Amino acid sequence: MKVLVFLEHHEGSLEKRGLAVLSKAASLDGAEVAGAVLGAGVGEIAGTAGRFGARTVHVCDDPALEAPLPQPRVDALAALVAEEGFDTVFFAQSVLASDVAAGLAARLEAGLNWDLTDLLVRDGALVGKRPALADSVYVEVGWKGERRLALFRSGAFDPVEVGGQAQVESFSGRFEDFSLQATMVEQAHEERSGPSIEDAEIVVAGGRGLGKPENFSLVEELARELGGAVGATRAVVDAGWYPYSSQVGQTGKTVSPKLYVACGISGAIQHKVGMQNANVIVAINKDANAPIFEYCDLGVVGDLNEILPRLTELVRQRKAG
Amino acid sequence: MRIAVCVKQVPEGAAKRIDPATRRLDRAGEGALNAYDANAVEEALRLKESAGEGEVVLLTMGPARAADAIRKALAMGADRAILVTDDAAAGSDLLATSIALARALEREQPDLVLFGQQAADSDGAVLWGAVADRLRRPLISQVAELTLADGVVTGKRQSEFGYDVIRAPLPAVVAVSDSINEPRYPSLKGIMGAKKKPQETLTLADLGVESDRAGEAGSRTEVLALSEPPSRGESRRIDGDGAAPEAIIAFLAEKRLV
Ligand SMILES: Cc1cc2nc3c(=O)[nH]c(=O)nc-3n(C[C@H](O)[C@H](O)[C@H](O)COP(=O)(O)OP(=O)(O)OC[C@H]3O[C@@H](n4cnc5c(N)ncnc54)[C@H](O)[C@@H]3O)c2cc1C
Ligand SMILES: Nc1ncnc2c1ncn2[C@@H]1O[C@H](COP(=O)(O)O)[C@@H](O)[C@H]1O
Repeated sequence: MKVLVFLEHHEGSLEKRGLAVLSKAASLDGAEVAGAVLGAGVGEIAGTAGRFGARTVHVCDDPALEAPLPQPRVDALAALVAEEGFDTVFFAQSVLASDVAAGLAARLEAGLNWDLTDLLVRDGALVGKRPALADSVYVEVGWKGERRLALFRSGAFDPVEVGGQAQVESFSGRFEDFSLQATMVEQAHEERSGPSIEDAEIVVAGGRGLGKPENFSLVEELARELGGAVGATRAVVDAGWYPYSSQVGQTGKTVSPKLYVACGISGAIQHKVGMQNANVIVAINKDANAPIFEYCDLGVVGDLNEILPRLTELVRQRKAG
Repeated sequence: MRIAVCVKQVPEGAAKRIDPATRRLDRAGEGALNAYDANAVEEALRLKESAGEGEVVLLTMGPARAADAIRKALAMGADRAILVTDDAAAGSDLLATSIALARALEREQPDLVLFGQQAADSDGAVLWGAVADRLRRPLISQVAELTLADGVVTGKRQSEFGYDVIRAPLPAVVAVSDSINEPRYPSLKGIMGAKKKPQETLTLADLGVESDRAGEAGSRTEVLALSEPPSRGESRRIDGDGAAPEAIIAFLAEKRLV
């Protein structure tokens, strides 16, 4: 099995998620593992991958790859796979990696399994494990055909340093016209505002069920009484109700507090991956079928507009003795 | 301007299950329009309304019953619909689905193709990447804000690091996030009118999709086995609002969290 792992990077270093997938791949029986680093001015950082199990790192350094956009990356990876004869390509799930993986699947006519949380080799065949249907069932998935692609869920593996050095080899990219048509006008830069919710022992989080931005005060007041921080879903962050620095989930923060109170949050997988390690999860949602009820310790079916103010008051009374 | 919106019919609410015999999603229950796709339909309608002209075409691949999902989107205001339905398409994975949709889109030549954030049954959030590659068109995904001016779309995308702003010339493919808008409810007039709107049903042969590129034969992934998820331990449920706050406090006290 010749495995290529797509290694994403940000502000001059390789992302941990990708290195975690790399070290998992390197632990598989009979796998020869290489990394791919694509970008502009990335030659320096590529070598790091050797410590996580890559024997070779293929680097494509090209101005066309400067912005984190998927399509030129599909071109570069497709050429690399063909040239080096990789049969397997792995990705750590991210906004960029998902688009690259899907594009590459079409280009190579290769099977793509996503959201995998584990991987093993059984009787010589690769088998992926994936929680499906809001994690209500676990599925074992396989691949048919010569080429296999997979996206791994955030947090599925930890990066393991095995030591070693990778040989860095550069290759050049040729890009399709359509791949260069989308352009980055303004690229995200890390917002570092306010205290981090990652260290908080208690997080009270709000979602679209709050109904309007002003209702975040219900969440803030409960958080204040409990001595905790405020979290939010992507839906309300995108809508401008709360700052991105408070977002919990796949494209936001990962938190593992003692207590997580989810208010008006449906509990989508992409939210779950950011908070499932909380010790105790309490969910308040008026829809008894909301996925969040599948993985909370206490599920309260009801209207947060009625429950939250009274709950905050009860916490206050209790503190007062 | 022609805008195509890819929509999916998904099993409703908590009814989702995988059939242990076929290892496919059980599509027998009542179906509904994938809620995330209502945002894509809404965005298409808004773009058409602000341009003052244009056409919104729905495209879905699924069982004949997928017409139910289409009806809701037509009632919201879409102009017509294309349903790709074929026994041979059952069990299609990402790869096989993307071929059929791409072929149907090539026939339509839309200026803009919109996707929803994710299918509530597959949670993939990937299909557009494969379709855009087959169509050889620029792609912007995870778009929380979309503008269209002078033949150029500009999308605000949230990634793991914050917000990017990405631009692409038409014809383009855009996947929107569920926060981009608040989908309208179909009006009574819309619901009545939906029945009369043009609906075309196509088979794979109509689209020129070879049988070995569709359904299970055309899929390059397979489900090998199903199992129960590990249980998270005991979970308690409180219903109703009445004494809920008191019950929550008692629970938190028991866990020594207050
Ligand atoms: C690539 C990708 C990355 C993503 N990253 C993230 C991420 O990092 N974080 C994240 O959170 N999401 C993320 N998402 C989005 C995710 O899939 C969901 O769309 C999002 O989490 C939904 O947010 P929500 O729960 O606030 O809204 P909804 O799903 O709309 O849920 C609102 C809930 O509120 C309930 N409700 C309504 N009114 C009341 C009331 N009065 N009282 C009580 N309950 C009420 C409703 O029943 C509903 O369950 C991502 C998606 C993708 C595709
Ligand atoms: N069978 C289908 N027919 C038409 N559109 C689909 C189909 N499946 C998925 N889509 C579209 O692709 C998006 C993402 O789906 P997925 O990648 O499966 O999560 C959905 O929100 C729809 O817009």
